[in-house]
Amino acid sequence: MSASIFVGVLELGLLWGIMVLGVYLTFRILDFPDLTVDGSFTLGAAIAAHTIIIGYDPWLGTALALVGGALAGLVTGFLHTQLRITPLLAGILSMIALYSINLRIMGKSMISLLRMDTIYTDIISWGISEYFSVLILGLTATAVVILLLYLFLETEVGLALRATGDNEQMIRSLGVNTNTMKMIGLSLSNTLIAFSGALIAQKQGFADVGMGIGMIIVGLASVIIGEVLIGNLTLLRALVAVVMGSIIYRLVIAIVLQLELVAPTDLKLFTAIIVTLALSSPVIKEFVAGRGAREKGEKNAGC
Amino acid sequence: MLAVETISKTFNPGGVNERVALQEITLHLKPGEVVTIIGGNGAGKSTLLNCIAGVYPVDRGRIVLDGKEIHCQQEHTRAGSIGRVFQDPMLGTAASMTIEENLVLALRRGRSKKLRRGVTRKERELFRERLELLGLGLENRLSTKVGLLSGGQRQALTLLMATIAMPRLLLLDEHTAALDPKTATKVLQLTRTIVEENKLTTMMVTHNMEQALSFGTRTLMLHEGRILLDIDGPQREKTRVPDLLAMFEKASGKALGNDRMLLA
Ligand SMILES: Nc1ncnc2c1ncn2[C@@H]1O[C@H](COP(=O)(O)OP(=O)(O)O)[C@@H](O)[C@H]1O
Ligand SMILES: [Mg+2]
Repeated sequence: MSASIFVGVLELGLLWGIMVLGVYLTFRILDFPDLTVDGSFTLGAAIAAHTIIIGYDPWLGTALALVGGALAGLVTGFLHTQLRITPLLAGILSMIALYSINLRIMGKSMISLLRMDTIYTDIISWGISEYFSVLILGLTATAVVILLLYLFLETEVGLALRATGDNEQMIRSLGVNTNTMKMIGLSLSNTLIAFSGALIAQKQGFADVGMGIGMIIVGLASVIIGEVLIGNLTLLRALVAVVMGSIIYRLVIAIVLQLELVAPTDLKLFTAIIVTLALSSPVIKEFVAGRGAREKGEKNAGC
Repeated sequence: MLAVETISKTFNPGGVNERVALQEITLHLKPGEVVTIIGGNGAGKSTLLNCIAGVYPVDRGRIVLDGKEIHCQQEHTRAGSIGRVFQDPMLGTAASMTIEENLVLALRRGRSKKLRRGVTRKERELFRERLELLGLGLENRLSTKVGLLSGGQRQALTLLMATIAMPRLLLLDEHTAALDPKTATKVLQLTRTIVEENKLTTMMVTHNMEQALSFGTRTLMLHEGRILLDIDGPQREKTRVPDLLAMFEKASGKALGNDRMLLA
């Protein structure tokens, strides 16, 4: 495989890795299967792209994308905690609503950023080589996100959030409002996902209303790959692992496309099959079963 | 200290699954009083503790803790002053988190969580000290994930977590019932030490009648959501298990058809 393909894999793996961190935060840490992802990823792309083509600074567009993602997460959180809609349905509702909202933001189904200023062209103007601009920015962004996320998850709020995903009854009996924690977690997760969307849109040079479709499965595939191959013994390791998972996932995709094992149009089917296999493998089965058993225990005892 | 005044609780009112769990329960606890609670399955023991802790709202009545009405507060609001240990050792701790992370959450019980560092060095010292008292060797395993501990170890840890921030009220719901006899004895002994040393006002549900009479200062018997029996002082001193059984029969009009309780 040529070096440029490899660089491309690394770039995408890192930029998408930020989305995967968001998925990890909800699915694994908060134990909340949040399907807002598909919508909030595109939302980030749409906001960044729109801000750029109407002539504002690409950094501002990226920052606004973060705000949009945070709001999307809060909406899902509100649907679940206040209106008592189940997690899956709350996420789907947000996702569907976001489809229309994204169209409205973009004004059409696709915005091209060709020859527009993006954060990548911006750092090239700082003197960074064009060849490495995406890689450097991706690496920096991912490292900063991992570090901040790690530090956050070690604070009091972070601990309470992790405990909410682990044992809701226990942490409530310790005086934590678990609804607040879910709102914080969902908002943070979708902030990261929208950030990733904004970074990807600027890299590929366009935002497309359908670009988020299946994002959740890509995210899950990466999380699983990372957990299985690298492990989640400590928190920091788990965070690095899921980004590595994202890179490995990109590598696999690049290889199957390069060798023409899978047609580009069949990629989503391929990913779905990979995730299905992974989810039904014994290691994962045990992991899932362990969780299920604990949840049942929570419901049976004490009341 | 704690005043429970004519509280009632019915689950699924009006439905086919209607369950009257508590009927006008009134109960006053003095500071430092340690009450054991017995009663057959479904007598309402857990519901009583859950209503006090705020897991379920009460239908009627008042609950006052330290002069403050708490029955309208949400569970997480009351939790600042109430420590709990559940029957299932899995319920009291977060398995994917380390011993020290669990303890720090317990230490900050009821205080609003901030964006400051979770576990500090000073707290780590405190945890080591307290864990040493459990005598389970956990003091050297602060960064072990709790999921790797045995049921007994987890229950001892939960007990420490329930008491480390000095709750005003400690609620124990058959917290030794799921443990093997040896571990159960050990955890009960620990409970006694912690409760006595800190003079904690405590309510402990147990299905062991012997234990109900020997632990603490006062014993309640619940039946069909009412208090059948409430003894303390000299009267309790001279009460033996057969007396309890007889009292139950007399008051309820039937034999205590619960082998779990007789096996005590
Ligand atoms: N969450 C609940 N929903 C419906 N019914 C309940 C619930 N919790 C308890 N009950 C019912 O309330 C009654 C008292 O239960 P409980 O307090 O658990 O008894 P105990 O702890 O003394 O065995 C039982 O009839 C039980 O079926
Ligand atoms: Mg019970």
